[in-house]
Amino acid sequence: MKKLVLMLSTVVLSLAINMQAQAGNVETLQSEYQAAGAGNFSASNGEKMWVKNNLDKKSGKQRNCQTCHGKVLTQSGKHARTGKVIEPLARSVNSERLTDIKFMKKWLKRNCKWTIGRECSAQEKGDFLEYLKGQ
Amino acid sequence: MNTKLISKMVMSGALLMMAISANAGGGSGVAPVNNTLYAEECGTCHFAYQPGLLPERSWRKLMAGLDDHFDENAELDEVDRLKLENYLVTYAGDHSNYKRSKKLMRSIRNGDAPLRITMIPYLKKEHREVPKDVLKNEKIRSLSNCDVCHRTAQKGDFEERGIDIPGYGKWED
Repeated sequence: MKKLVLMLSTVVLSLAINMQAQAGNVETLQSEYQAAGAGNFSASNGEKMWVKNNLDKKSGKQRNCQTCHGKVLTQSGKHARTGKVIEPLARSVNSERLTDIKFMKKWLKRNCKWTIGRECSAQEKGDFLEYLKGQ
Repeated sequence: MNTKLISKMVMSGALLMMAISANAGGGSGVAPVNNTLYAEECGTCHFAYQPGLLPERSWRKLMAGLDDHFDENAELDEVDRLKLENYLVTYAGDHSNYKRSKKLMRSIRNGDAPLRITMIPYLKKEHREVPKDVLKNEKIRSLSNCDVCHRTAQKGDFEERGIDIPGYGKWED
């Protein structure tokens, strides 16, 4: 019995540590951006950029983040080309969001290039994350 | 012979069989995807096309241009990019004994390296009876969305009995 309790508590403890480490990941990434020269992050600047239209010269169409992620972040979006479902970005309904640094970096890079036509600055990326943290 | 040795032999035999059937074994469709990284990285945005749908030279070309992936940015870090390229090349259609892979590969002209699976002559021929209106359906959009109509596509099975076209119904001759 003692053994079982010990085992269980080890499992619970490691889960808790793991969860804490994950919860911190978005902040870890933001401090990385600050180390790269960004200042304080602003959710409202992030939101402005999120909805700002950018003209894609090749297709002649306007693009913003809502093009794929939809207007309501607690709902799922749709890949503009393939139509494949994109799970909601809001962490209030999707606990997997903002928990994986590699994943966040990958998509911030790809999606800035697709949507704005260039990579985002450390400041811009941190602002996006600040906006998303509140969703 | 002790039991440990026997079970070891059985295990390695089973693994060998699995390895052989994944590649060389001649199934009727194409070999199903057996790589988690591939299923996740590529299957997030589109149907995770089986490696056996394109020849090695196509996969190499495609994986060298992920920054402009059919007008999308699909860049990966170099470690993952190489892992996926190795996987795709290993199981590419020109190294497969699956029936559909062989038919697809045979229809591609020597030296051609198509990037779009929908441009492969055999695939085009097989879809020539698809009514034009079908592709206008928002759920379907393009022949590249395999699994929307081929309900068994994920298993590498593209047989007619597995076809059910949204807004149209089952495909029967």
